[in-house]
Amino acid sequence: MNFDWSSIPGALPILWQGMIVTLEITLVGVLFGILIGTLLAMLRLSPNRLWSWLSAAYVTVFRSIPLVMVLFWFHLILVPLVAGLLFPGKRLELGLLTALTAFSLFEASYYAEIIRAGILSVTKGQFHAGLALGMNRGQVMRVVILPQALRRMVPLLLTQAIILFQDSTLVYVINLDDFFRKAYNIGNTVGTLNELILFAGAVYLVICTLASGCVRQLHRKLTVLPVK
Amino acid sequence: MISIRNVSKWYGEFQALAKCSTEVSKGEVVVICGPSGSGKSTLIKCVNGLELFQEGEIWVDGISVADRKTDLPKLRSRVGMVFQHFELFPHLTILDNVTLAQCRVLGRSKKQAAEKAVQLLEMVGLVEQKPKFPAQLSGGQQQRVAIARALAMDPVAMLFDEPTSALDPEMINEVLDVMVRLAQFGMTMLVVTHEMGFAKRVADRVIFMDRGEIVEDRPKQPFFEKPETERARQFLSKILTH
Repeated sequence: MNFDWSSIPGALPILWQGMIVTLEITLVGVLFGILIGTLLAMLRLSPNRLWSWLSAAYVTVFRSIPLVMVLFWFHLILVPLVAGLLFPGKRLELGLLTALTAFSLFEASYYAEIIRAGILSVTKGQFHAGLALGMNRGQVMRVVILPQALRRMVPLLLTQAIILFQDSTLVYVINLDDFFRKAYNIGNTVGTLNELILFAGAVYLVICTLASGCVRQLHRKLTVLPVK
Repeated sequence: MISIRNVSKWYGEFQALAKCSTEVSKGEVVVICGPSGSGKSTLIKCVNGLELFQEGEIWVDGISVADRKTDLPKLRSRVGMVFQHFELFPHLTILDNVTLAQCRVLGRSKKQAAEKAVQLLEMVGLVEQKPKFPAQLSGGQQQRVAIARALAMDPVAMLFDEPTSALDPEMINEVLDVMVRLAQFGMTMLVVTHEMGFAKRVADRVIFMDRGEIVEDRPKQPFFEKPETERARQFLSKILTH
């Protein structure tokens, strides 16, 4: 088998556009995933049974459905429906929005579990100490528990971000041109599909390996830091 | 100041407190002792509402702890508490540990809070440590910071839950010294401890608990010289003969 790499240098600007989409999905997914995930974790741990149950149900549902299907449903049903209600009659480019919403809500269910475990790893004594000083539950959570929990969770949160980065390639099912789909399209058009896909794979490999290395370094640093 | 009336508490089937009643007046120092599992810690955690109880009443400075309408955070902000395991906030500096609740709960400015904190850290002899983190301090130092943190709220009473039980022996006295000084300043104190030396020196009364009951509640002199009950006699002989 002969490889022809000559089409790659010329394709770089287009591939870069795709990479921007990939990074957008990753960053937004991580950010909103953590925000919504924190909220879900707090609801899950709240003394209110209804909130706790709703949060548990959300997490169970999203963790039990394959990501591809979540993307499909958002693409075919949910986002068009909501957009139709909000902006009736308009034709909108919804691909990116769909991906961002789907990933944020999907990742939130994974982040919720990581964050819940982090919160539970902070001892009850810390909670009591905060309460005993006259802070209310919300304040204790915000200024005493969460800062400690998040610090312990950083490596896990970042590892989940790396997984998200890889999973973002699934947006090809909703015709969104991320890095992988750009590479696939160029390869298909020029006739060097194998080369482009190998190249794309190498890029993912390099980025993820570097990121994992950083997480390991960080983990080492954080565990050396005085925790207790 | 603190009034505990017929308080009972169950964990499921297990009765942790059985009709406990006692009073702590303003400026009084009361020591609670007893074997482990006798309900001492549970009782003082009921006083500031960290533990709930099913029966009875507790009044602190005229406010009922059990009343659902009571603003518990506000009540807790007026009652200082010191824990067995210090429970300093590990992600905050010593100074921030002492200023946090002053700012968040009492609405003091950063500057006011820091001044108060420095004054109290000086009192416990740790003002040089203020930029450090709790993990950089010894256990005895951490507990002294925890006392300063509680005092920063200008409490009307202080609760101590086995404040020296987690300390290495050589650090116990530095913490007890601070507590003795507090008692001499006239602070109202309810102290769960096995340190009978401390009780003999500054306590007004000693409460002996066993199996969730207050078995004895008497001035220290008669308690140590001639305990009324066999249970208290046995307990004292166990911890005093070594």
